[in-house]
Amino acid sequence: MYTVADLRKGLKITLDGDPYIVIAFEFAKPGKGQALYRTKMRNMINGTILDRTYRSGESFEPANLEERKMQYLYKEDEMYNFMDNESFEQIAISEDAIGDTKNFLIDNIEADILMFKEKPIGVSLPNFVNLRVTQTDPWVKGDTSGSDSKPATLETGYVLRVPPFIEEGELITVDTRTGEYSTRVKG
Amino acid sequence: MIAGSHLSGRHENLRNRAKILAAIRNFFVQRGFLEVETPHRIPVPIPEAHIDVTASGSWVLHPSPEICMKRLMAAGFDQIFQICRCWRDGERGSLHLPEFTMLEWYRTHADYLSIMDDCEALVRCAADAVALKGKIRRQGKTVNLFGAWEKLTVREAFLRYGGISMQEALQKDLFDEIMVCAIEPQLGLETPTILMEYPLERGSLARKKIGGEGVAERFELYIGGLELANAFSELVDTKEQRARFIEEQTIRAATNKTCYPLPEKFLDDLQAIPPSAGIAFGIDRLIMLLLDVDSIDEVVAFTPEEL
Repeated sequence: MYTVADLRKGLKITLDGDPYIVIAFEFAKPGKGQALYRTKMRNMINGTILDRTYRSGESFEPANLEERKMQYLYKEDEMYNFMDNESFEQIAISEDAIGDTKNFLIDNIEADILMFKEKPIGVSLPNFVNLRVTQTDPWVKGDTSGSDSKPATLETGYVLRVPPFIEEGELITVDTRTGEYSTRVKG
Repeated sequence: MIAGSHLSGRHENLRNRAKILAAIRNFFVQRGFLEVETPHRIPVPIPEAHIDVTASGSWVLHPSPEICMKRLMAAGFDQIFQICRCWRDGERGSLHLPEFTMLEWYRTHADYLSIMDDCEALVRCAADAVALKGKIRRQGKTVNLFGAWEKLTVREAFLRYGGISMQEALQKDLFDEIMVCAIEPQLGLETPTILMEYPLERGSLARKKIGGEGVAERFELYIGGLELANAFSELVDTKEQRARFIEEQTIRAATNKTCYPLPEKFLDDLQAIPPSAGIAFGIDRLIMLLLDVDSIDEVVAFTPEEL
């Protein structure tokens, strides 16, 4: 059990059966009044933001979250299938829980799957992944438009801006946190 | 790690802090107040429902110098001030430090109205010390120190911003929540606000307002939504004070908080104090406000975490 004294940014607690992460926290005490703990929390499943004010003496159930290393296998019927590296158990994760990471999922990539009560609620990938460019217009020499980037489509279908010198079929590194181009992979 | 690297960006604030403190001392000396120093370590505190003290051996570190300062008034000192360290256990946040700097001043033959006048002159003087020309910037807005300061009763504040009457808030035990979440952010936004006439049960050491319905002659000063000071016309009736202390102790006992014996010497001296008034003013917060910073950490040399 956590008490109000444990409240801080990043703390994960269970509220009404759902896991929440504390995203803002402020200690308040009106003159001669009691201590109040104002918190803003985000529901880790659906993203809803909640404001709650607690008094000293209140306590919270920690959110028992577990991270499991899994390998991405394939997509079928809007579900993304992964295999647990240790138990070899296969699970299917909905597009909602996958979020933007779907843009970087390539076969066999290893991911950290966040589990709450045996249910997957989030997927995190390595910060940088290498992805192949499947379509981009060639760089026209002598282009004077002054543009320093152009659109490119990756093997996952994700479209991002890349420098003009990137060619179709090349491998690039993408930052999965921002979804932006990072470097070209030589070779 | 470079020595003092936690202070990067705070050097200027600490220089300005010294200027403000010097201006405050000068302000009181010029007006004929005597600067006093009273012990930080005392045998027992004033019993307050929601203030937890820091133990120091079998004694405690004072959460406010009020006990000793009022005893000085009983001994005949009529205008006194003190700037000192105070300790309150468990209070930590962007507006709270468990060890902080308090300014208190007291006047005999005066009531809380004269303390309001002192506040206006003091805040203007402190603002002058850092060349603010009567205007305070707070979170992108300007608070004007000149002109009339807003005076608002707690009762009016609940109706205007709380959406519920003060009486109802007390009955439903929502007074503090509504004060913090709905009322305080609205106070002192254009001019400073004097929030006055607190319900009696929220002013353990304050005199009952004559002709007021169950309210005490107590006020708090707010500027830019920030609570800066708490003042009242002193309760100088030993019998009534003892009864109110016992009420506070009962609340502490009911919430399993440490209870200390009553401060008997203070209660004995109380009857010797002429009608008087005093105030506790949070100096770190005043400095935060004048320097337009969002965290109390920015105006002190060391936070507890940096020790």
